[in-house]
Amino acid sequence: MSFPRLRYGLALLPLTLLGGCGMVVMDPSGDIASQQADLIIVSTLLMLIVIVPVIFLTFYFAWRYRKNNKTAAYHPEWDHSTKLELVIWGVPLLIIIALGLITWISTHKLDPYRPLDRIDADRPLAADHEPLNVQVVSLDWKWLFIYPEQGVASINELVTPVDVPVRFHITSSSTMNSFYIPALAGQIYSMPGMQTTLNAVINEPGEYQGFSANYSGAGFSDMRFKYLGVSDDKFDAWVQKAKKQGGTLNRSEYLQLAQPSTATPVTYYSTVAPDLYHAILNRCVVEGKMCMDQMMMMGKGDGEMAGGAIKHGDKQKGGHSSALNMNSDDMGRKQTNGQDDE
Amino acid sequence: MQDKTDLTSLIFGRLSLESIPYHEPILVVTFAIAALAGLGLLGFITYKQFWGTLWHDWITSIDHKKIGIMYIILAFVMLLRGFSDALMMRAQQAMAFAGSEGFLPPEHYDQLFTVHGVIMIFFVAMPMIVGIMNFVVPLQLGTRDVAFPFLNNFSFWMTAAGAGLTMVSLFVGEFGKTGWLAFPPLSGIQGSPGVGVDYYIWSLQIAGVGTLLSGINFMVTIIKNRAPGMTLMKMPIFTWTALCTNILIVAAFPILTVVLAMLSMDRMLDTHFFTNDMGGNMMMYVNLIWIWGHPEVYILILPAFGVFSEVVATFSGKRLFGYTSMVYATIVITVLSYLVWLHHFFTMGAGASVNAFFGITTMIISIPTGAKLFNWLFTMYRGRIRFELPMMWTVSFMVTFTIGGMTGVLLAVPPADFVLHNSLFLVAHFHNVIIGGVLFGMFAAINYWFPKAFGYKLDDYWGKWSFWLWTIGFYAAFMPLYVLGLMGVTRRMNHFDDSSLQIWFVIAAIGALMILGGIVASIIQFVVSYRRRDELRDHTGDIWDGRTLEWSTSSPPPQYNFAFTPVVYDNDSWTDMKKHGYERPRDGFLPIHMPKNTAAGFVLAMLSAACGFGLVWHMWPLVGVSFVALIGGFIIHTFNYNRDYHIPAEDVTRIENERSQQLDRYA
Amino acid sequence: MTTNATEATQNLPSSHFYVREHHPEQGTLLGFWLYLMSDCLLFAGLFATYAVLSNSYAGGPSGADIFDLPLVALNTSFLLLSSITYGFAMLQMQLKRVNGTLLWLAVTGLLGAAFIGLELYEFAHLLSEGYGPQRSAFLTAFFALVGTHGLHVSFGIIWLIVLMVQVKRFGLNAENGRRLMCLSMFWHFLDVVWIGVFTFVYLMGVL
Repeated sequence: MSFPRLRYGLALLPLTLLGGCGMVVMDPSGDIASQQADLIIVSTLLMLIVIVPVIFLTFYFAWRYRKNNKTAAYHPEWDHSTKLELVIWGVPLLIIIALGLITWISTHKLDPYRPLDRIDADRPLAADHEPLNVQVVSLDWKWLFIYPEQGVASINELVTPVDVPVRFHITSSSTMNSFYIPALAGQIYSMPGMQTTLNAVINEPGEYQGFSANYSGAGFSDMRFKYLGVSDDKFDAWVQKAKKQGGTLNRSEYLQLAQPSTATPVTYYSTVAPDLYHAILNRCVVEGKMCMDQMMMMGKGDGEMAGGAIKHGDKQKGGHSSALNMNSDDMGRKQTNGQDDE
Repeated sequence: MQDKTDLTSLIFGRLSLESIPYHEPILVVTFAIAALAGLGLLGFITYKQFWGTLWHDWITSIDHKKIGIMYIILAFVMLLRGFSDALMMRAQQAMAFAGSEGFLPPEHYDQLFTVHGVIMIFFVAMPMIVGIMNFVVPLQLGTRDVAFPFLNNFSFWMTAAGAGLTMVSLFVGEFGKTGWLAFPPLSGIQGSPGVGVDYYIWSLQIAGVGTLLSGINFMVTIIKNRAPGMTLMKMPIFTWTALCTNILIVAAFPILTVVLAMLSMDRMLDTHFFTNDMGGNMMMYVNLIWIWGHPEVYILILPAFGVFSEVVATFSGKRLFGYTSMVYATIVITVLSYLVWLHHFFTMGAGASVNAFFGITTMIISIPTGAKLFNWLFTMYRGRIRFELPMMWTVSFMVTFTIGGMTGVLLAVPPADFVLHNSLFLVAHFHNVIIGGVLFGMFAAINYWFPKAFGYKLDDYWGKWSFWLWTIGFYAAFMPLYVLGLMGVTRRMNHFDDSSLQIWFVIAAIGALMILGGIVASIIQFVVSYRRRDELRDHTGDIWDGRTLEWSTSSPPPQYNFAFTPVVYDNDSWTDMKKHGYERPRDGFLPIHMPKNTAAGFVLAMLSAACGFGLVWHMWPLVGVSFVALIGGFIIHTFNYNRDYHIPAEDVTRIENERSQQLDRYA
Repeated sequence: MTTNATEATQNLPSSHFYVREHHPEQGTLLGFWLYLMSDCLLFAGLFATYAVLSNSYAGGPSGADIFDLPLVALNTSFLLLSSITYGFAMLQMQLKRVNGTLLWLAVTGLLGAAFIGLELYEFAHLLSEGYGPQRSAFLTAFFALVGTHGLHVSFGIIWLIVLMVQVKRFGLNAENGRRLMCLSMFWHFLDVVWIGVFTFVYLMGVL
């Protein structure tokens, strides 16, 4: 025989824990993340309207209509009720309509690409505000943060001032990762050759966890970074620290960084080559390689020749014989010193 | 490999002695145990002189009942392997905190989570549902076999070949380290230069061919081979879900074939479908693989829904509530499952309107799913419920799957998904619906139809142990993962820094051990049932007072299923027949036209496996020879026009009379 | 099915519940059609990939640069013609004329072989220019789509030859008739796919 109460209790256990217990997703420190946490609660409550009766009815019917209970009615041929079907299809439909509306609105409101319109629930932001821009590059297996306006960069340590909107411009060196700081906002993938954007703001000073939320290889488990939300003064002080302590982040230094390594210690850079991020994003850090945006502008028919019928010859442009041996980076230009991905 | 001769590298490709992981103690021990068990099994078969029976009655069989049983045996064997992987992962994650590296080297752990997912989906869940459909659907339709019996045999052996290739990767080379869907660029030739992803690709391509052909087979069977009078709306509900499942298979698996082919071309031919440079687009892979992947999970769950419909009706002693509604709900789910795939990668940055659209379509699917759940509830309402094991599994499913479905709808809200994607919350959700839905459904199905297949019931006592250990173990193993996901813990980590998380992983590991107990109890259940089979014997063929046509046959049914084809007038046609006091025919039996057994399916599948192995290791002569032999073998097979025979009328009469006598004794 | 109004309990004779002989309809043609639809989805995946990657020239040639439309027009005419000749073969089959069937099958096979030959020539030319599938994502997608179609046609030709041998040896029996119908569906299907390729890849590529 089944033990309804035991299973019911087990089923409810996770709900009782929603109220804290170190669950950063439900108790974050960034405005976007806290709106997302509210959404989780609202959605769960809406669904419980159906879930709780279903679970209750399951146990209740199982108990009441068990074979040994002869007092319960037995209608073996009753298999249809239009009224009941209307409720069965209608109530979930109404809940889903409500949830769907919430989804449409919140998905647009909390779109990572959308510039922030508030610092928190009480403080709106002007539409033309200037966010702090941070460029993020996921490498194997560490995180590079470039501050283009401050001219500094760091490995595995991100610092932003409290209550200042930040715009992250995110790309990757070689594999797909996911830029995620649970206390701050939702995650977004980082992909080579592409840029994603995340708008967020931290409302409370503190030290938070950041990491990759998409498996990217051997060093994935150590691909964590420290995120600090600090006062404006402390932020300036941090920038100064980087300017004093750090080395130079130029192309060759970046290419070194791009080599696989795990558990990389926090590193600072006092100067950053001005076009480095553009080169990383367009996969032309290696000298002589054509940048992707240039390549894409070449478009139809502008390639190596004008449009028309098949052209012959032009052997210098990648006319290699063995397809299997072709290096994917080879475009008939200067060979690099063996690096494949920048 | 400088000292290798050219001939050696031509024949062996990149395979060498170093490919065998003899310096990994865990694998060496595993191999020793597997080898001993394997030798023991071979010795046992030889001792009992089973080889002839094995070959003639099982390996070459085109009988859907035997093929169904073989699928389920395959699934169980692979469950042991896939679950061992799970145990090792749980152990590692329970131990590896704050400096401790656990006991698994990272490259081993990273293969574990990949192969665990691949095995559980492709070689446990799929064979189980295909096996159940194989055994049950023709019997429910009142027909003698599927539309293409030879193809059925071939499909099974292709699935087994794919499973075999994955198993070989454990001892020769390695498996992929990419997660079960192998996203590029990590799965490209630069991210994964070894053989792992190639094993993945070719195992799935081979198994995928088998599955696709099976899908076609069952669609034609259900459309064309129904008993007279059985209109579509008079079919058993399980057969409806089987039809929709097979439609999904035929419509989804070609996409898997094409995307894996593209990945293998990127890896082997240096093409640029998904590469970082030269114009490749990794997002295309993610889209294509999930356009397959989402229908795949509905392929897994729809047959389980069908099982529950049959079980609830039978064990409540009542007609299924809202049959028409159930059919339409199934069809709606089938169609909608093609409109939701993007919810697996909301975080890839598609933009708000696209994300919101797919989020809403995902939520809409919960409406017909919920309708089904209510219909089961109202089948129980005012019924007389017998809590045999299949019904127990069903009740557990109803609660467990509801919770899993709820977390699924939660994840369907894109901004919520932004904080939960790829976390342990997600892992908990899909295990919740797959274990609570698919696996519990398969256990219900096995307990329900085992007596029909083997002639005796499964032992209740050990079945209940299995049930409780699985149910409680599931909650213990996965509820902590929901909590961990809300604590911001992501998936696929092989060690952690924050010791405050450890307690949750320990609880999860305990849950996994309970599930292990459940699996052991299942095995014991099979053994004990076999030993007690005379006590547990099903004499009448209708041990549960069933409602559909399979219960009109003997247990096990004769080779030809039905001596005379039943005529159908109503849903629950067997109940209808019983109500009208039908009587078994006693004479007038005719010779029965049956297909012959064949070795062709087995041979062709083994050639495919050899070809796959060769492709993995770049052993081009092997690839060439096996491929040519494959095509040649198939062509030769088509020259065999002599594929059937007749069972003489005397044999049919004898079998039917034996059954009539048995029924007279026990009625 | 609504509830039964009355519980009829009279015992009906066995003949009410069984038929002695029942032969399910032949499912081969439906089954093959379903396979063809799955193949259609395979091509749909390739078309979709081509659509996504069709502008990714990576600094290399575009369709306008490399497509030789006169060649493709000739190819297309071979393939479309081969569909007509297969139709003639089917007509001969219906008239139960083995030799007529074999003749038109042979013509179909030759036209198909000519199609493949021209396509191989086109590919070889592109490869010799360095415009193989490794050059860019656009070329990868092009070769994959057109190449997969060509592979299908090639298998169709092998099947056609096997069927010709089988028709010669065993005549136009029911089984061979079914097989010819299946190959017919396959052949025409490949024709339709080619019209898609011709339009979306070649014609739109040079616009």
